[in-house]
Amino acid sequence: MKIFVTALTALVTVMITTTAQAFCGFYVAKADTSLFNRASQVVLVRDDDRTVITMANDFEGNVEDFAVVIPVPTMIEREQINVGDRAVIQHLDAYTSPRLVEYHDGNPCHRYELDERMRSDANLPAAAMQLKRSAKSQGVTIEASYTVGEYDILILSAAQSDGLIRWLNDNGYKIPRGAKRVVDSYLGQDMRFFVAKVNVQERSKLGYQYLRPLQVAYESNKFMLPIRLGTLNAKGKQELYIYALTRTGRVETTNYRTVKLPTDVEVPAFVEGEFGDFYRDMFARQTEKENGRAVFLEYAWDMAWCDPCAADPLSQKELRQLGVFWLGKNDRPARDTLQPQAQNVFVTRLHVRYDAEHFPEDLMFQETGDRQNYQGRYVIRHPWKGEAGCDLTQYDASVRERQEREAQLLANLTGWDIGDIREKIPFAGGIRPETGKEPWWKRLWN
Amino acid sequence: MKPLSRIRDPRYFQIAVLTTLLAFGIGILDFGIHWQNAVAILLTAQATQFIGTRLAGLPRFDPMSALITSLSLTLLLRTDLVVLACAAAVIAIGSKFVIRVKGKHVFNPANVALVTLMLLSDHAWVSSGQWGSAAIGAFGLTCLGYLVLTRARRAETTIAFLGFYAALLFGRALWLGDPMSIPVHQLQNGALLIFAFFMISDPKTTPNAALGRIVFAAVVAAIAFIIQFSYYQPNGPILALILSAPLVPAIDALLQGTHYRWEKPDARGSTHLKGVKT
Repeated sequence: MKIFVTALTALVTVMITTTAQAFCGFYVAKADTSLFNRASQVVLVRDDDRTVITMANDFEGNVEDFAVVIPVPTMIEREQINVGDRAVIQHLDAYTSPRLVEYHDGNPCHRYELDERMRSDANLPAAAMQLKRSAKSQGVTIEASYTVGEYDILILSAAQSDGLIRWLNDNGYKIPRGAKRVVDSYLGQDMRFFVAKVNVQERSKLGYQYLRPLQVAYESNKFMLPIRLGTLNAKGKQELYIYALTRTGRVETTNYRTVKLPTDVEVPAFVEGEFGDFYRDMFARQTEKENGRAVFLEYAWDMAWCDPCAADPLSQKELRQLGVFWLGKNDRPARDTLQPQAQNVFVTRLHVRYDAEHFPEDLMFQETGDRQNYQGRYVIRHPWKGEAGCDLTQYDASVRERQEREAQLLANLTGWDIGDIREKIPFAGGIRPETGKEPWWKRLWN
Repeated sequence: MKPLSRIRDPRYFQIAVLTTLLAFGIGILDFGIHWQNAVAILLTAQATQFIGTRLAGLPRFDPMSALITSLSLTLLLRTDLVVLACAAAVIAIGSKFVIRVKGKHVFNPANVALVTLMLLSDHAWVSSGQWGSAAIGAFGLTCLGYLVLTRARRAETTIAFLGFYAALLFGRALWLGDPMSIPVHQLQNGALLIFAFFMISDPKTTPNAALGRIVFAAVVAAIAFIIQFSYYQPNGPILALILSAPLVPAIDALLQGTHYRWEKPDARGSTHLKGVKT
């Protein structure tokens, strides 16, 4: 079997440039520059009430003038905050990405023969977060402030409901409209906040060119992700990827529909060059079909293996960096990690495009016992091109039938024009299938 | 064939509505019900009902209630193990014969099976979000249609539960200063509607007196709300019902009413019936 795998990560970048702006916290800017967080990635490690959350964002811009405000379900201390490694999230993204698989038909005159090859690619949004430290602030109790890595972290008390907003105002930050209302609601639900600002000196000392992801470990019965603040300083819909790492099985939302994206679909060969567009348009169409109110499942798999692999499974060391606390410490040296031994970790990748209108409530999750593997997998089948040595009339006809079926499926999945799709398909034997007899209503709503 | 208005046993309508929901869930929403589980639940429930009928010495085998329990279980229970689906049916139907107070079973069969399995196994869960809000409109109309067809007999449990629960959700939103779209979204939940129309409404496991049923519905709504929003656990209503069920004999002792009989839903008369009817 000749298989070609292209991980979807490159197209993540495409999506970012077109849609953009997301985060479970919100940014507050001092300068009037457009400071929008873009596609966000959140890793949720959860077992019982223990949670480790890693938040990565590809913020680009001047980091000195802004802070990020992050709600957490419980009071936290210095030791509960950490700065993570962006590369691990990139690896997790590559491992779980929807994949394009390529097959080549064997010589139709011989027995079907296939071999296998794979390629993976990763290029991922980075991380960003900041905070501001202030010695005193009128009427606001600052419970603690620390420097963690390149960040200054400030934990604010919930003693006064408007403490956080006032503190931000006092320190010259611009607050998104509607923020006070949401902050008050979170405080009413016993949530706490921390503010992160880049410590410029520490950052230059450490020498990172990008912002590393922030991690928080906490114990809370709330298995949720606060997204309401993230809708405040966003223009339009936002893109969020959630990777849940659990012990038992797949994670799903309890207050929104979790829907599997169409998978194992055969697509025309030209999709290889337009995989980003294909995936983006398919995602948009599926979102539309669910009235913009669904969370999509893109990957659900036991971390011990993959088939086909868009990237190797994460090593135990990487998983522990992400906060998978139930794994042991028997790290192997890097050279031995070619066969990663991750066990007892089930990964669920969810993708949601949201705004306040369609997702009024925060995302609530539950872990299910479902360990069935699922992956977004799209298949290209190339017809035989070489010398055949026999009459190919029958083979060509069957290939044309397949190509026409693929064209219709593609139109249906993406909303692309069927005529344009047919133009791009090199039909077998150079004969386009008869489409003139298509009833007039077939393309009326597609 | 009888005209619809002449059918007195509301279970026919329940079966029709639940079957429609199941077909809709499997065919259109594709929300992960394995047909093997459905078959296993259906057959095991009838077998358990049959054995229970023989052991309890009941005059005749009645497949209707067991069928309704099977349909509710199939709609709500998710498991990757067929053996757990069978266990659910045995627990549900078996509980009717085993856990009884004064000739009345204590727990709603589907409810006790769901909670037992969720507590004992990681392989059983309820996917409460899988209905989606788009389907809810049609779903709600179907349930209302059911109320109309059964002339809302003993519907006060359903109406009171939904009323109290909605009041708590809207009250919470007002208290937190949240937009009203949040409680509206929380009410647009398929599992909540199945619970309200086909589980807490069960006349066999709710108090005999109308006032008792309203009090009971209020208690369930309050506990469900606390589980959902103080303990942040999903499936608040399902857990609340099992916690409240032991109150029913106490409420029955305080408030006189008529023990419900499926065949005679309008019957008035003695509180106690001879024999055991399930």
